[in-house]
Amino acid sequence: MAGRRTPLHPQHLAAGARLVDFAGWEMPQQYTSVREEQEAVRGGAGIFDVSHMGRYEVRGGGAAEFLQGMVTNDLSRLGPNRAQYNLLCREDGGIVDDLVVYRTPDAWLVVVNAANRDKDMSWLRDHAPAAVEIVDRSEELSLVALQGPRAQEVLPAEDVEVDAIRYFGMVSGVVAGISALLSRTGYTGEDGFELFLPAADAGRVWDALVEAGALPCGLAARDVCRLEAGLRLYGSDMDDETNPYEAGLGWTVKLKKGPFIGREALQRAREAGPRRELVGLRSADRTIPRHGAAVGLGDRAIGSVTSGTYSFWLQCAIAMASVEAAAAPVGTRVDVETRSGEGVAEVVSMPFYRGSVRQAAPAQS
Amino acid sequence: MAERYYTETHEWVAVDDGAVATIGITDFAQAQLGDVVFLELPRVGKLLEAGDSFGVVESVKAASDLYSPVAGAVLEVNESLNSNPEQVNSDPYGTGWLIKVQLNGDVGQGLLDEGGYKAMTEGQSH
Repeated sequence: MAGRRTPLHPQHLAAGARLVDFAGWEMPQQYTSVREEQEAVRGGAGIFDVSHMGRYEVRGGGAAEFLQGMVTNDLSRLGPNRAQYNLLCREDGGIVDDLVVYRTPDAWLVVVNAANRDKDMSWLRDHAPAAVEIVDRSEELSLVALQGPRAQEVLPAEDVEVDAIRYFGMVSGVVAGISALLSRTGYTGEDGFELFLPAADAGRVWDALVEAGALPCGLAARDVCRLEAGLRLYGSDMDDETNPYEAGLGWTVKLKKGPFIGREALQRAREAGPRRELVGLRSADRTIPRHGAAVGLGDRAIGSVTSGTYSFWLQCAIAMASVEAAAAPVGTRVDVETRSGEGVAEVVSMPFYRGSVRQAAPAQS
Repeated sequence: MAERYYTETHEWVAVDDGAVATIGITDFAQAQLGDVVFLELPRVGKLLEAGDSFGVVESVKAASDLYSPVAGAVLEVNESLNSNPEQVNSDPYGTGWLIKVQLNGDVGQGLLDEGGYKAMTEGQSH
């Protein structure tokens, strides 16, 4: 395997991580076991190296206006030291990527999916006016997520009033002796922080977090946690062919904010109503509904699974599925194709599990 | 315990004096699979030929077929895996065994010994 490596690669090797290829990156799938790592995130504190994600700074005169015209959510509502969940859409409303936009007092930073780094960079640069520059800061800034109900207690922050940082708020501070940007964000459904760190010092902070009691966690535990929390994964639960309404992300689309790419198509899609919708499935079977598995109702195929896993935490199989709109309301029993034939699952509301996040995500429309 | 032999599909087999073969998956296989969630195993009495699929192991990462290293009749199935499938991860050569088979004839050709299996997996790590 000759994948790209993050600055925390030595830490992963030292901890005995099982490394896998993820979008061209050599990343830890797990260190000990998914179950153990997930228990740390749900009951204590876990840390994830997410430095494979892209970190782009948008600079120059008109950066704010440019970004506002690219994303679906309303950045005019975003104050300094705040972050916002967002989507980039194509003209036809298909989702280019989901991302978090961070507004520091003096810069705009966006964090994008690892698999979409090049695509997003091209998309942004192709649309940027001459005065706006998109700078790839991924190499110089590492990204570590500290997640769990004990995250705040574990965080070795100095000169920072950590408790005052609100959900999706951020602040500059010193963590384990290193200057960092801390945001109260994550992808697990738990309280926690994402730390933007100078790449050269990332290892030192990682070691300090482990010393303070956070358990290193791999991508497999991250996937289980995000799925339980009802958080979508680009490439599985949505893609270029999915519009935000079909992905259950209509709450991120602010049609009244002014022009942005995809607005007209999304206005039409909203008026027409979605053709399909993303629903949660829960099954007592231990067989896992995997991406692509057919979902049926009676003798009719109504859609397919987009993400599925077995949740040791909830002790059942859980999945998201894209199905015909209104065909399977909460409580409906559907058939799901599994490795060993057909299983039965119940449509349930998401999230599957509500963790320690300080404040619920905005109501989903 | 008797000497273990291995398949290229990552099962192990150990045969005792009474021609009873105990079958499981290897430590390499369990590590590759990650946390095991569920095992689908055959009924006692089922007749297997060497190379037959005798069940499925489902982990968080993937579902994989299980192939019998030997021919014979299933004598016993490890029922404790129904409630504790993680034994396959924590103790693949011990409490994580899968089935016992009453051998029909000899252990067939084509199985690897410890050294042969080790050499094969060394090219496959990660």
